[in-house]
Amino acid sequence: MKTSKPATNEIQAVEQTIGKILRWGVIVAATIMILGLLLYLMNGSLGVATHYHVKNFSELLQGLLTGKPYAVMMTGIFALILTPVLRVVVSIYSFYREHDSLYVVITSLVLIILMASFWLGIEFHL
Amino acid sequence: MFNSIVIMLGVGVLVGILGAILGIGGGMIITPVLTLGMGLDIKYAIGASLIAVIATSSGATIAYLRDNVLNLRVAMFLEIATSVGAIVGALLTGVLNPIFLYILFGFLLFFSGANMVRKLWGKNSDQITHTDDKLAKDLRLSGSYYDKNLHKEIDYGVTNVPTGFGIMFGAGVASGLLGIGSGAFKVIAMDTFMKMPLKPSSSTSNLMMGVTAAASATIYFFNGSILPQIAVPLALGIIVGAAIGSRVMQIMPTRLMRIIFIPILLYLGLQMILKGFGVTI
Repeated sequence: MKTSKPATNEIQAVEQTIGKILRWGVIVAATIMILGLLLYLMNGSLGVATHYHVKNFSELLQGLLTGKPYAVMMTGIFALILTPVLRVVVSIYSFYREHDSLYVVITSLVLIILMASFWLGIEFHL
Repeated sequence: MFNSIVIMLGVGVLVGILGAILGIGGGMIITPVLTLGMGLDIKYAIGASLIAVIATSSGATIAYLRDNVLNLRVAMFLEIATSVGAIVGALLTGVLNPIFLYILFGFLLFFSGANMVRKLWGKNSDQITHTDDKLAKDLRLSGSYYDKNLHKEIDYGVTNVPTGFGIMFGAGVASGLLGIGSGAFKVIAMDTFMKMPLKPSSSTSNLMMGVTAAASATIYFFNGSILPQIAVPLALGIIVGAAIGSRVMQIMPTRLMRIIFIPILLYLGLQMILKGFGVTI
């Protein structure tokens, strides 16, 4: 177990960095969600037709530009969906900084798989 | 409108606390509240559950990273298995008869529940392994965490890595194919098979389940399964609940965590086996 101590310190540094950035990600997502929720409460409606749902990014952006509560809340949710991705990206960078090449490879693989399923989801509704 | 927001905030706090402590998403609580309680279609319950998993994961992981409870290397290594499994599962929809998987994973939940009971009553309950298997050594998976209940640093080894990896792959396939959460299976793979202590298992599961859920989230985001008026207050409540839960878990005795976990595993196991036979509870 002699070799495990520096490894532990190294991983702790990586975890601290990811933790800090993740906290900011969550704060940003929560702020947008709270804004959307307040807008929804003030307007008394979502600002969209009853069975409407957003189908792509340009629709989301349009709704956002016209200040629809629905679009603001959905943007907050999308920001929240991105926080796990952020976690993986920052992990790659932190492992790289700590010269842990094995885990740079492993974590990059996770990111590639994640991107593949994002793409499959958007393109093929898989 | 105001009432439903308040209910969702409240349910969220509860789901966040429980999810952060046990390393599971709150689908089993959210689904009945939305379908039976509010009369919503199951489709919206699935969408809300998915967002809930991500909110729990991100909310809890902040504290678990700061306090070095979770095991980042184990998380990233196992995440490969789950996320590849999830894609395979999604591709197999309609090809594979899910009944076999439901029953297999139902029994796995029962087995793990029984294993937890044994750990609870056994004399050497929660004995920590210090022998890493070869793969764990090569991947430097062993770790340590400071147990705020025992007031000491706990060093632990990781073993049976191939089995754990296999279970994570299977859990990924099941979640992609059956649309079930895989938080409980993540904890099982680490606690029951890889012999990790329960606290690092649960917190590592917390980190992973958000990544797994994010992988399929874009589908649900654009197909109308997510009702923001439900998901937003739910997620906000969960972020608060998870912040509380991730602090409470660290000072909790491991035994108490198991006592909460056992009935949940048995319930989930029963639910899966019945679902395999077409009965939904």
